Amino acid sequence: MTPILVENFLQSLMAGLLVGAIYGLMCVGLALIFGVMRVINFAQGDFMMLGMYVAYFLFVAFGVQPTFGNIVGPYVAAFLAAPVMFGVGYLAHQFLISRVSGTRTAQLEGEGHYAQLILTLGIALVLQNAGQMIFGSMVVSVRTPLSSSAWIIGPLWGDFVEIFVNKARAIAAVVSLLVIAGLVLLIGSTRLGKALRASADDPTAATYIGVDVNFAHSIAFALGTSITALAGGLLAPNYPFHPFVGLEYVIIMYAGVVLGGLGSIIGAFWGGMTIGIVQQMSALVLPTQLQNSAIFVFFLLIVLLRPQGLFGRVTERT
Amino acid sequence: MRLRTTLPLLVLAVAYAVISFFVTNSYYQLMMTLVLVWASFGLAWNLFSGYTGLISFGHAVFFGLGAYFTALGQIYFDFTPWLLIPVAALVGGAAGLLIGALTFRLRSHYFALAMLAYPLAILNVFMWLGYQELTIPMKHKGAVLYMQFTDGRMYTLIAIVMTVAIVILSQAVERSRFGMALIAIKQNEAAAEAAGINTLVWKLRAITLSGAITGAIGAFYVMVLLVVTPESVFGMLVSAQALTVTMFGGVGTVWGPLIGAAILIPTSQILQAKLGAQFPGIEGVIYGLAIIVVILSAPEGIFWRVRDKLRKRSGTTAVAEAVAIDVPTAGDAAPAASVSQSGGQIILSVRNLSKSFGGLKAVQNVSFDVQRGSILGIIGPNGAGKTTLFNLLNGFQHPDAGEVMLDGHSVFGVTPHRLCEAGVGRTFQVMRPFPRLTVAENVVIGAYVRAANDAEAREHAANAIARAGLTNVAHRVASELTTKELRLMELARALAGAPRLLLLDETLAGLGANEAAEVVTVLRALAKQGITIVIIEHTMHTMVRLVDRFVVLDHGAVLVEDTPQAITRDSRVIEAYLGTKWSAHA
Repeated sequence: MTPILVENFLQSLMAGLLVGAIYGLMCVGLALIFGVMRVINFAQGDFMMLGMYVAYFLFVAFGVQPTFGNIVGPYVAAFLAAPVMFGVGYLAHQFLISRVSGTRTAQLEGEGHYAQLILTLGIALVLQNAGQMIFGSMVVSVRTPLSSSAWIIGPLWGDFVEIFVNKARAIAAVVSLLVIAGLVLLIGSTRLGKALRASADDPTAATYIGVDVNFAHSIAFALGTSITALAGGLLAPNYPFHPFVGLEYVIIMYAGVVLGGLGSIIGAFWGGMTIGIVQQMSALVLPTQLQNSAIFVFFLLIVLLRPQGLFGRVTERT
Repeated sequence: MRLRTTLPLLVLAVAYAVISFFVTNSYYQLMMTLVLVWASFGLAWNLFSGYTGLISFGHAVFFGLGAYFTALGQIYFDFTPWLLIPVAALVGGAAGLLIGALTFRLRSHYFALAMLAYPLAILNVFMWLGYQELTIPMKHKGAVLYMQFTDGRMYTLIAIVMTVAIVILSQAVERSRFGMALIAIKQNEAAAEAAGINTLVWKLRAITLSGAITGAIGAFYVMVLLVVTPESVFGMLVSAQALTVTMFGGVGTVWGPLIGAAILIPTSQILQAKLGAQFPGIEGVIYGLAIIVVILSAPEGIFWRVRDKLRKRSGTTAVAEAVAIDVPTAGDAAPAASVSQSGGQIILSVRNLSKSFGGLKAVQNVSFDVQRGSILGIIGPNGAGKTTLFNLLNGFQHPDAGEVMLDGHSVFGVTPHRLCEAGVGRTFQVMRPFPRLTVAENVVIGAYVRAANDAEAREHAANAIARAGLTNVAHRVASELTTKELRLMELARALAGAPRLLLLDETLAGLGANEAAEVVTVLRALAKQGITIVIIEHTMHTMVRLVDRFVVLDHGAVLVEDTPQAITRDSRVIEAYLGTKWSAHA
């Protein structure tokens, strides 16, 4: 193996690990919603797009850039966008999603779920196209000097191999890991976390022991939306975006979540990580335009060959 | 084809043609064509998703393949679209068959996600191939030969013919066993299998047909616009548009997509033209809002909303067509196949049957025989393994050990619809009637397994209805029936397949004493006619007057097998039902 191949391989692996951590965070947001509510949200990518724009406008127009500067600013904006999107998610659940989900449809088999799918498809269309109306179809990005500078690992392998670690991506990856750790703590050891888990386990039984399932669902949906939006904000310095960007990410998210086993939060993180690595490694052999197709194909393969996910168990009973 | 629905269709088509003739503005000519294109696409989508209930979020894949096939065929080979459009239908059909074969293994969530992914994956491939924008080469000589008209009204005319053809095709499907099979799948796939319907084959036929029609429409769409981009034929909005016009207008009826397209396409087009400059994307917002409003307020679409309202207003007289077949009444309908009960042959033999789910032994080492023409009751407390036992008997689940012999032949690995063909009928614990269909239509679904054609199926169905004693409600829609009538209707549906052996899952549950007695009378009459019956119940009360023998299950195993008289005095049975405390009193 020549050093240049090794370098390319390691470089892609590093890029995959970094972007995979952010994808992991995105997937965790989606998995939280699915895990607690059993709702497939087609609009998750578009909520993320909205989160990216909120972060963008907070950064350039609402004083985050002048106050915190170009280095810390983008992260502050991403973290400020999260509570905004929490509110958006909460309202979306209260006024739309809750009417076709929750204990009301717990008994329904196919049709109930289809109502949710179709509703979220409608929300996705509205967000994408209203986004185009309001934000325009120009590609925008959150500019920070970090996105074009890197730490260098090496030289290794007899002075030939050097690996560049993009600073903005590295910071985003670390922040993602911290947020996931915090979320795991929240779900594992707080009262709210218990309510969420109880609602996920058996909504009817949870009601009987005094859990407000509808409220738990609202919180889960809002939290999932805000986490995915935060991931979007963390991506924004490196990945320019536009109102239809959600479509590209929603398949990445579902690929990760299905790979991790629908409903498992930690599984979703590893699933997102795997997708990030697959995507970046595919760049070694495929043209850029086919990277997303590679993910689609990978996703279809997962769904067809191992629908319970790599980390999930078979639970289906006829 | 019936005149009653064909006539309004033809009148509408002629009216549309006449109106389009007076439209001179080329923009409105285009709109009149596009309404029909999307209505046709909605019809094609409805043919699969509307009737089977499997919602496809990715029909753009067929549309786009048809579109690109036609564009490339003209650009590279100079073929005429008159030839390319029919071939595009073959391409779409092949894609449908392939995608169906791959994807039907998936259950609801996964099916939806996979369907969403297909067109988006292909979209990128066409981008990569460098087909960002293809323009159909203009033909000045022989333009008609290449389907290139200077007069936009010609496209509208072609679109009218195409739409009418698809409506007639859809209606033909709807009324045949094809449509009945799809509706049965939509209501309950397991019940459909048990009624003798090979669900996988029918679903594949539906998606193939739907894909073929969609491919042809996509091909025609290219000829209307003369330019194609991946986003305009594979994009998410394309799939969403087919889904939206249908959901909005009405799912599972040919009128739905027509109504939906007639309202939504002009609205979005006009708004796009007037406001598109300031607000690009307003079209998508309209579709999105339309979906949201429909799902929240009229989930089945405008057509059904209005029809249900009208029906309520005019009372129950407006119900669908009555069964126009002379049927014998319950008493004399008996086929002269009565077999003496004692000393008959054994029709069903169960040997050492076992089935576990993880650590739970649902059925353990169960053995019993059923004599032809007898009624066997299987009872046991909740969770005793009764329904699992039934699932093993008719092929829904495979046993871990032991075997089931029907007429001396093992049925291991035989699918439910094959068993149904072999004469095993079944009803389900949870009733799943088709609420908008009449009793006669509900029952006919079960008759196709034995019938060579539609007329014969209706005859079998009428016969089964008579034997279940439902003749005087045969024309009513199922949603108006009482629980007892619904139970009898499910029974009639199973009877329509002319079973030799009937497996009844809690047919008496939820009935009052008098109602249960009526059902018991019907069942006894069936047994006299030679049909063997195995019935599950968890209460013993009414069963004592019905069955010839009891098998009592407890914790998955046979506790005791005996006559009703002996069973009611058996202390083990009382213990299983009421606990040890009560057995002392027996």
